[in-house]
Amino acid sequence: MSDVLLELNNLHTHFFTDDGEIPAVDGVSFHVRKGEVVGIVGESGCGKSVTSLSIMQLIPSPPGKIVDGEINFKGENIAKASKKQMRKIRGNEIAMIFQEPMTSLNPLYSIGNQIGEAILLHEKVNKKEARQKSINLLKLVGIPRAEAVVDEYPHQLSGGMRQRVMIAMAMACDPELLIADEPTTALDVTIQAQILDLMRNLNKEKETAILLITHDLGVVAEICERVVVMYAGKVVEEGTAKEILKDPKHPYTQGLIRSLPKIHEKEQKLYSIPGTVPKPGKGKIGCRFAPRCEYAFDRCFQEDPKLLSIGNERYTRCFLYEENVGSENDHAKSNS
Amino acid sequence: MFAYTIRRILMLIPVLIGMTIITFSIVHLIPGNPAQVILGENATEEQVEALEESMGLNEPYIVQYGLYVKDLLQGDLGTSLKTKSEISSEIWPYIAATFELTFFAMLFAVFIGVNAGIISAWRQNSWFDFLAMLFALVGVSMPIFWLALMEQWLFAQELGWFPAYGRQDSKDPIAAITHFYVLDSFIHLDFPRVITSLKHLVLPSIALGTIPMAIIARMTRSSMLEVMKSDYIRTVRAKGAGQFLVVYKHALRNALIPVITVIGLQTGVLLGGAILTETIFSWPGIGRYVFDAISFRDYPVIQSGILIIAFIFVIINLIVDLLYSAIDPRIKY
Ligand SMILES: Nc1ncnc2c1ncn2[C@@H]1O[C@H](COP(=O)(O)OP(=O)(O)OP(=O)(O)O)[C@@H](O)[C@H]1O
Ligand code: SF4
Ligand SMILES: [Mg+2]
Repeated sequence: MSDVLLELNNLHTHFFTDDGEIPAVDGVSFHVRKGEVVGIVGESGCGKSVTSLSIMQLIPSPPGKIVDGEINFKGENIAKASKKQMRKIRGNEIAMIFQEPMTSLNPLYSIGNQIGEAILLHEKVNKKEARQKSINLLKLVGIPRAEAVVDEYPHQLSGGMRQRVMIAMAMACDPELLIADEPTTALDVTIQAQILDLMRNLNKEKETAILLITHDLGVVAEICERVVVMYAGKVVEEGTAKEILKDPKHPYTQGLIRSLPKIHEKEQKLYSIPGTVPKPGKGKIGCRFAPRCEYAFDRCFQEDPKLLSIGNERYTRCFLYEENVGSENDHAKSNS
Repeated sequence: MFAYTIRRILMLIPVLIGMTIITFSIVHLIPGNPAQVILGENATEEQVEALEESMGLNEPYIVQYGLYVKDLLQGDLGTSLKTKSEISSEIWPYIAATFELTFFAMLFAVFIGVNAGIISAWRQNSWFDFLAMLFALVGVSMPIFWLALMEQWLFAQELGWFPAYGRQDSKDPIAAITHFYVLDSFIHLDFPRVITSLKHLVLPSIALGTIPMAIIARMTRSSMLEVMKSDYIRTVRAKGAGQFLVVYKHALRNALIPVITVIGLQTGVLLGGAILTETIFSWPGIGRYVFDAISFRDYPVIQSGILIIAFIFVIINLIVDLLYSAIDPRIKY
């Protein structure tokens, strides 16, 4: 396990709001190896962004707070790191790009200024060198006319170009881990593919590990090696991308896969999982997915299922896969 | 930026024309015969006719307006009925007095207001934030004449720290050059007088600057809080930037855009409407000049005063717009 770069261990991030305590991340554990591409998938509101922002300690606080768990980065628990230590890690060893390329760049500063800043914060270079490096980074992420774009402002670039700029900025100090929070969601399909290509290439060339957050299993199929499926603040399934896509175990993952548009079938209507993601709340018991699950049975409403190991680095959180699978499965059928 | 500046200045032309039409109309909107009104009720028929002749009141309006603009372009604002001297030659000291006071009042308001707003936003819900915003709330609702009188009582009468009235010691008047007394004292290399001039400015500046300061502080705070939530601030943090860089480089510049509007507006208000403060502190400014003219029915002075105050507003607007375009690269037109 020495090649593990990042390891989350029972992470709990809660929001303390007027409506009470919200456990947005409720005991999440997974790991990312050096140079690996790991995906986190799940519907909107299941805690993907909060998980990734927790790693960077960028949770808006108040109201958010990491209340329990470890975030081990290169063997050190950074959940407890000081502000100064975090500043050294952010942008330098762990970089992050966001879902909203249109608003993630400061409109008042030039592209070169903003990329240069990332370099100047962590490396002992002068402004001229930072500028040259910014141009090289823009070229690296495939921006045409890099020499001109470096002096342009965000509003002069398209969404796809801005996301490339964000990636260039993230790559400025050769981070070991790149966290990408839905980097393609706001972009149109052809641009999405280009950005994914770019990330795949950076992963190959620079051996940057990528933690890719998405609600799009198509994106997972494109570039992820392993996948973590989240539901209502918890990990409900984990496995290789192939296992998850070909042989999903958890009813929620199965639902996600069924709702993927299929090219070969003529089926017009897209399947979607009935119901919506429950609002996270403290003190709820039972499987969070139970109200939407077609296999749900009595026990699912009374007891929290544990994350079960069902193979090598293969986990699922569902009573159906406990030792007595058979009998309870029958029970489920008689119930539905 | 250069092209924008030129375009923005050209856009002033219609505004200025509109302004002159309005001030020109003032004389003609006075009910009754302007010459009669100007001369008062005891004037004889002959006197009225003579004045009408000399004012060109018998000409068609368009000709009169043309003459008015021609005079303005030559810097001729007409003659005061009260002092019988050229308005253009006697108005400058009043303008300078108002400018000087406004400058220091706004310096006070902007410096304290912006910084208090930043710290309040930075330390939201801290005791500093709480006190500053309480203070700002009191500040915006403060009756200025009351504040001015309290200042005079405490700092002039009781403590004797600052003079209560005027711009300078009446026994020792300055040989004015620019009529900005602080500047003039510097030009004369008369440093004790620099101090005296500044001392005279303290109380009226605080009285005049308090409301703008409170408004600016509240505006800065809310604008900063808004900006601090934005995505690009999160990006800056994700780069590993410290709080100082986040606040002063990235957040402040964005937050200042709405604050500049408020600063411009407040400056305009102070330049045009500080009659009350100028009266309490015997400050011989443009507000008092026009106010006195109104009580004397000195129409040419009222007309010129309004024109100048309007002109100042227009210029401040121009400066605000140019500042925007200097700060924000998105502004092109
Ligand atoms: N600032 C906040 N204050 C209070 N609650 C919050 C805050 N941010 C997130 N949450 C809670 O955390 C939950 C998870 O949010 P999160 O943004 O991680 O979802 P997500 O999986 O990233 O969804 P999406 O696909 O829409 O980005 C939300 O349902 C919300 O209840
Ligand atoms: S534990 Fe029960 S409700 Fe939850 S996913 Fe499994 S079968 Fe469905
Ligand atoms: Mg999200």
